[in-house]
Amino acid sequence: MQVHEVGIEIGGTPLVVRTASDSFRRTLQQRYAPFLQAPTGGKSATGNLAIDVELLPSHPAESVNSEDLEVQLEDGKWCMRRGDFFAQWDPRTGQGRVRQSENPYSIDCVLRIVHSLMLAKNGGVLVHAASAIRNGKAFLFAGVSGAGKTTMSRLAPPDATLLTDEISYVRPVAGVYHAFGTPFAGELAKLGTQCSAPLESVFLLAQGPHNRIDDIEQTVAVQALLRNILFFAHDQVLVEDVFTTACNLAQKVSVRRLTFRPEQNVWDLIG
Amino acid sequence: MNSTYIARSTSIAARRLGGEMMVMSVRDSTFFTMNEVATTIWQAADGQTPLETIVREKVCSAYEIEPQAALQDAQEFVTELSQHGILIVSENPIPQNPQARASGSRS
Repeated sequence: MQVHEVGIEIGGTPLVVRTASDSFRRTLQQRYAPFLQAPTGGKSATGNLAIDVELLPSHPAESVNSEDLEVQLEDGKWCMRRGDFFAQWDPRTGQGRVRQSENPYSIDCVLRIVHSLMLAKNGGVLVHAASAIRNGKAFLFAGVSGAGKTTMSRLAPPDATLLTDEISYVRPVAGVYHAFGTPFAGELAKLGTQCSAPLESVFLLAQGPHNRIDDIEQTVAVQALLRNILFFAHDQVLVEDVFTTACNLAQKVSVRRLTFRPEQNVWDLIG
Repeated sequence: MNSTYIARSTSIAARRLGGEMMVMSVRDSTFFTMNEVATTIWQAADGQTPLETIVREKVCSAYEIEPQAALQDAQEFVTELSQHGILIVSENPIPQNPQARASGSRS
């Protein structure tokens, strides 16, 4: 049986998704097009991170409600369960497997979880935030659904490079936090760009009658960051890692509140 | 009246930042920011010193707060934190790291 490999590189971390299905291979290649990595035929810098996908017949009752998601550490492996998939990830070997129907949403969720788990160990996080690069600097726009992530992305001027309109990828590079593009799209349904830049500011979004930027206390910043960090499991080590990263981010990166009218001139304040 | 003993849970993440102590519960991800007085109680929560003694010796003497009011505030604070698994409360002295011993260490 032929096994197809699709290399997907997010945040400078390549991960191979293996599938026996040619149609699912095509689905993956279309969905992650800007983030595809050419087959290396050997070990990457991160070892051979890989996920084997076993496709099951789709079931009409299968749920994709994110509220149903369970992530637990069992015998050293992360087990992820949702109505539409079951997955395991072994953080020691960098190998995982997924049982799911042939849809792109299940593997997308698994990739988010796996990347967030790997990032936590390395001082990074995935954040509910749009992000963009302007003048060589990256800016995050964080907030829950409805806060304005999509609006800020839609209003971005031509000289801004959109990294994502939904899930931002942040990790330190040589001691400096960088934001990376991700394929995790929101309402714009537009994939981010495969590039990165040093993170200059995190803006906590709020919509209001005037455009303004306000400083906030560091403890408020930490709390706001924690509210927006993708956080899948109540695990002691994981909580400590994420908490530490939120504190470090608040100390090293400017975190401020951006109140804005949904008009393009809000970007006059950015960059 | 029985004494109340308090100990910091091991199922938390904590950091002092900008003069304030921040604590997050592993159990339910609840986040607390403690003021100076609360931080004093938190740091004195060794499981061996009764809450009444902590309030009298660490709080009232340092912050000029009336003992009865300080103890009442401290009890409310302790109750709230214990509900989120951040503080362990007992009528008896609490051995060090009881949770770590009970659950064992994880690789």
